[in-house]
Amino acid sequence: MTEAILPVALALFSVSLLLNLYRVLRGPDIIDRILGLDTLNVNAIAVIVLGGIYMNSSLIFEAALLIALMGFVGTVAMTKYLVRGDVIE
Amino acid sequence: MEMPLWLDAIVAALILAGALVATIGSLGLARMPDFYMRLHGPTKASTLGVGATLVGSMLWFSTAQGSVSVQEILITVFLFATAPVSAHMMGRAALHRRVGCQEKTNGQPWDEMDRLSGRAAQSSSSGESQR
Repeated sequence: MTEAILPVALALFSVSLLLNLYRVLRGPDIIDRILGLDTLNVNAIAVIVLGGIYMNSSLIFEAALLIALMGFVGTVAMTKYLVRGDVIE
Repeated sequence: MEMPLWLDAIVAALILAGALVATIGSLGLARMPDFYMRLHGPTKASTLGVGATLVGSMLWFSTAQGSVSVQEILITVFLFATAPVSAHMMGRAALHRRVGCQEKTNGQPWDEMDRLSGRAAQSSSSGESQR
């Protein structure tokens, strides 16, 4: 049953990735683009995990963990730069 | 190890529900009219959807490999811990940059911010004059 559901879930996540990309490209303010990139990160984690189920290997989850970590650090750095004008004071 | 039917159904339901909720969150990100409304979709709906997908994947790999798979638990905990923090920082940056909101929004945060910062400047200047 999971094998039948996987393509549907991957298609839904692809649609949400396209919607996030639309917000990143369109976003009126730079903070909209930062929010779109953050959501793109979160959805990419789900796509990687579903790909791991599809390929039946758990090696790929280290990449998902790294993307989660780097996405959070990048979002915090960009917002801190916008608020304070500097990343490390 | 062969997976029982009920566990397979639970995993499929979790993955499908997670994908649907995450897509609704991204639709909110793309369609909402101003930034403060857009912040609601990804921070709550997308995090819940991706979290449900990760829990389903954790159940699937735990049954397939016969041992608890730790990476998904780590990713889920990390995601649920960091999403509110990044959302709070983005909201604060938007308030700092005075990103516009809808006309119908109740309350104006910038008046309050100006009043508070004006009072802080006033109190510091009065402290200077007293000295």
